[in-house]
Amino acid sequence: MTLKKAGFFLLLSMLGLLFLYPLLWLVSASFKPNNEIFSSIGLIPSEIVWGAYERGWEGVGRTSFGRFFTNTFVLVVPVVLMTMFSSLIVAYGFARFNFPFKKLFFALMISTLMLPDAVVMIPRYILFRNFGWLNSYLPFYAPALLAVNAFFVFLIVQFLRGIPRDLDEAAVIDGCNSFGILTRVLLPLATPALISVCIFQFIWTWNEFFTALIYINSVSKYTVALGLRMVLDNEGAVNWNQVMAMSVVTIVPCIAVFFMAQKYFVEGISTTGLKG
Amino acid sequence: MNNQPAAGASASPRLRLPRKRRAKGQRIGLLYISPWILGFIVLTLVPFVASLIYSFTDYSMVREQRFVGLANYIEMFTKDPDFYQSLRVTLLYVVMAVPAKLVVALLVAMLLNRTMRGMGIYRTIYYLPSILGGSVAVSVLWRFLFMREGMVNEVLSYLSIPALNWLGDPQLALFTITLLPVWEFGSSMVLFLAGLKQVPRELYEASRVDGAGKARAFFSITLPMLTPIVLFNLIMQMINAFQQFTAAFVITDGGPTKATYLYGLMLYDNAFQFFKMGYASAQSWVLFVIILAFTLILFKTSNRWAHYEDGGDGR
Repeated sequence: MTLKKAGFFLLLSMLGLLFLYPLLWLVSASFKPNNEIFSSIGLIPSEIVWGAYERGWEGVGRTSFGRFFTNTFVLVVPVVLMTMFSSLIVAYGFARFNFPFKKLFFALMISTLMLPDAVVMIPRYILFRNFGWLNSYLPFYAPALLAVNAFFVFLIVQFLRGIPRDLDEAAVIDGCNSFGILTRVLLPLATPALISVCIFQFIWTWNEFFTALIYINSVSKYTVALGLRMVLDNEGAVNWNQVMAMSVVTIVPCIAVFFMAQKYFVEGISTTGLKG
Repeated sequence: MNNQPAAGASASPRLRLPRKRRAKGQRIGLLYISPWILGFIVLTLVPFVASLIYSFTDYSMVREQRFVGLANYIEMFTKDPDFYQSLRVTLLYVVMAVPAKLVVALLVAMLLNRTMRGMGIYRTIYYLPSILGGSVAVSVLWRFLFMREGMVNEVLSYLSIPALNWLGDPQLALFTITLLPVWEFGSSMVLFLAGLKQVPRELYEASRVDGAGKARAFFSITLPMLTPIVLFNLIMQMINAFQQFTAAFVITDGGPTKATYLYGLMLYDNAFQFFKMGYASAQSWVLFVIILAFTLILFKTSNRWAHYEDGGDGR
């Protein structure tokens, strides 16, 4: 039995190593001298070279990766907060009230989950262009503020449905109005769901490439995703380790967030049944 | 469909408020969902209709918008070789990537579906690639793994297998791109794991008593019980796969010889490189109709292969 068990864990570990090997290799290669990157498949560099990080961080031209990071935070943090608040408020409306056309609205909201973005992206672009919002982060903020991504609303609705209504009613008797119920009763209880929303939205927005590509066109406003692609275009043919070093740098925040809160991450997928 | 106030009153019978006030109190829900209503109308519904209207126009953003009837569609289907190439490789990509991802996700989920210490760690490890999703960093990594002198060929040479031109060979490049989403099977795996935990243990015990082997138990118990999750995963992953962009853009930029020129790349080129907004809108509607057709086919056929606990009439 124990032998079987050990074999099972060995199999799981081998598989895990196989899946993680590309990422581990990326990290180790970023510390290797350029000529060593592809000459050995081992993970331990013969000497650790930090130069790739130093030179890679300088970025391209006059814009350093420090700037790309600042930009990305200026983009991502408001988007995450706006998504959290707007989705909570909308989800509260759907989960706790019965108003005319509620079923229709809810069905429409769920159907937007399956609507391909490709079919709305061009008019949205033209709309934001007419607003004069190109080359700004407003095309990211506006959908976040208006709870356009139904995934997050649905996630919180599912969670709120699990909280007994008795608590709301007790608060009504204590003189709470409906907004008070939301902020004083439900908000503290819904924290796990809200953390899930924040993690998902942080990682998705951090990695968002296509939207950034079409809306942001000056290098000084580039996010890390756009910056990394520019580095790849400029240095990809020669200074491999610089590109790899900057790839590592751009995924570190995502991985850090994931490990800090992976419990909520998995729960988020399971409660909505939707993909991440 | 607007008999909701009455339903609302019966949903919270313990609230001893006058009937009218209850209905009025419920209407405040509309106020709470109003941000979503605004967003839905301005950022989803209007653009959805507008792109259909644009698809019948010549709209280049520099010249005046002009109604051209079906010209965009006629050009697409009769004069645009890129369209057929793109459609072909996109269909191939979807048909390869989605089932492969689900098979890997299911196999790994079955491995992890036991109550032993340490399972959580493995789940985390297997999930990790998925959080990097469509990031540029992962596409960069793929390029370095599969380039001619890249790591994969290095490993192959250790095993005395001749090197392959993973990204330069038109026959192989699409396959190489397909491996990326398969590697990111984590979210499907989590859903399968949740589904596997729901399968009643008695069923397995009963099948053992009846003398069924493990393979038989898998095909007559596990798989049928998971079919609703399979259906759901198939649809969501299919919708995503049809719109894949970042990997093909960063790793191969559609090449070589347009072998990885996925639909998303073609839309991007027409809309944001050539600013043929009318033509690109027409193409986006063709994609929408294709995705809709696939979704409906999966739904319609699902009552033949998807098993539901309550009734089995496909709902």
